[in-house]
Amino acid sequence: MFSPILIDQEPMNPTAPAQPCIELRGVAKGYFTPAGDKVPVLRDLNLTVAEGEFLCIVGYSGAGKTSLISLLAGLTKPDVGEVRVRNELVCGPSLERGVVFQNYSLLPWLTAADNVALAVQKRFPDLSAAQRTARVRHYLELVNLGHAADRRPHQLSGGMRQRVSVARALALDPEILLLDEPLSALDALTRGSLQNEIADIWQRERKTVVLITNDVDEALLLGDRIIPLTPGPNATLGPAFAVPFARPREREALTHDPVARHLRREIFAFLTEASKATADTGELVPLPDVRPFDLERRRIVA
Amino acid sequence: MKFVRLRWREVLLPFVGVAVVLVIWWALSLIHGTNLPSPAKTWEASKLYVLHPLTKRGEMDQGVLLLTWNSLRLVAQGYALALVIGVPLGFFLGLSRWFTQSFDPIMQVLRPVSPLAWLPLGLVLFQQSKPAAVFTIAICSMWPTVLNTAVGVRSIPQDYLNVARVLQLTRWQTLIKVLLPATLPYMFTGFRLSLGISWLVIVAAEMLTGAPGIGGFLWQEYNSLIYEHIILCIITIGVVGFLLDRLMSLVENRLKAVTT
Repeated sequence: MFSPILIDQEPMNPTAPAQPCIELRGVAKGYFTPAGDKVPVLRDLNLTVAEGEFLCIVGYSGAGKTSLISLLAGLTKPDVGEVRVRNELVCGPSLERGVVFQNYSLLPWLTAADNVALAVQKRFPDLSAAQRTARVRHYLELVNLGHAADRRPHQLSGGMRQRVSVARALALDPEILLLDEPLSALDALTRGSLQNEIADIWQRERKTVVLITNDVDEALLLGDRIIPLTPGPNATLGPAFAVPFARPREREALTHDPVARHLRREIFAFLTEASKATADTGELVPLPDVRPFDLERRRIVA
Repeated sequence: MKFVRLRWREVLLPFVGVAVVLVIWWALSLIHGTNLPSPAKTWEASKLYVLHPLTKRGEMDQGVLLLTWNSLRLVAQGYALALVIGVPLGFFLGLSRWFTQSFDPIMQVLRPVSPLAWLPLGLVLFQQSKPAAVFTIAICSMWPTVLNTAVGVRSIPQDYLNVARVLQLTRWQTLIKVLLPATLPYMFTGFRLSLGISWLVIVAAEMLTGAPGIGGFLWQEYNSLIYEHIILCIITIGVVGFLLDRLMSLVENRLKAVTT
């Protein structure tokens, strides 16, 4: 009834480190609690992402995935080790690395178009107003949002906001895209269509992409390689699993493909093992003391 | 049905409240006979000022709207000064821990000082009543703006700042495009509270300086033993203060709708 998916004759990218684009060497990261205790988040991270590769990192929530993206983006510095992009030490954010944040992070007082324009303006400061508008339009249409250009974020659905966020990152025309669980907040249907859009865009633009996700199937659908992140605290990266399917990939076929099933099983097995190992330490770990920020709440200081 | 009844209540009950207060006032005036004028007597004596609100008969003898206008002009100056000083101060407080640790204690000490205490200092410094009043209004009313701006800056979500960093916005661009719009709703809460204080302070300042505004008029009529006019002034001050507050919260809500 269904046949295994064709396995690539020649892999999408010669997985042997063609040209390392992103490198992590011995990276560790922790944070301090207000009480002054150090809580380790990530340890012993060694990672090489090849030029043009689509890498997926899969892990449980709370494993430190966002910390990892922040390190790659240059928003935070590692406590130990180094992060290199094209052999240059990362010491801050760069326009070469576009980031899509988990919670969209759109500026609520700007329309969708203006949010994207902020990136265009930064990347191409010499454009005329008309050229800029055209460029903004282009990126909004790329994520199928041409019709919603003049709406503000609160007038957009979650999926649309996330697409604006993707458009903003793409508008920087970065060489590397860092996606921090961009689809986890979305309903299944929206997620599916956005996954297709991301796959399309990647095929067209061939950027190096690091996608962080908690969804193994999403990783199987999009990634060249999948690397699991062990459960936190003090998480580290597991072995890489190559994803050998030709593109474009069909979600339907992947569900039943024996190779995909095998991979899924392996990755789950690894994560489950790792999770047991963590649980066995019997260590009590304080939860991070973070309160969600409430925009609705007025703070009045008389 | 229920909905309609509720609407009626909303319209009617405030009038009931006013009526109750009028009755209490009237009862008190019966007891206090000579000193506290009754509502009717007050209206009789105030009619001229209310019905011809824009007539000027003398330096102090003006219609209520003219008196209010004089006061408002002074308030506007002091209030503007408060915002011009208060907003940057709030930004520094919100952005810099060093600045906060250096200046927060002294501000906490200056904040509760009464306008009545500042005014003489203003008179000494400026030798004239008008600038002294402006100075007093500014220094008394700027604190809510300062503190709310600081709170607003501090509560900008890290996400927005990350966006600014990822997009490599310069300091100036970050200020104009991210910090300022994100803080605006908080700032306006501060602005509204500051305006309320300005209006409180002007009355006190005018009473002490005898400036031809609503507060000055009140003090003069007290000295002339026309107690009806004291009540007229109290009501006028209250209504104007209420209207100012409504106006500001309208602006505030509009702004909140835009920025969040």
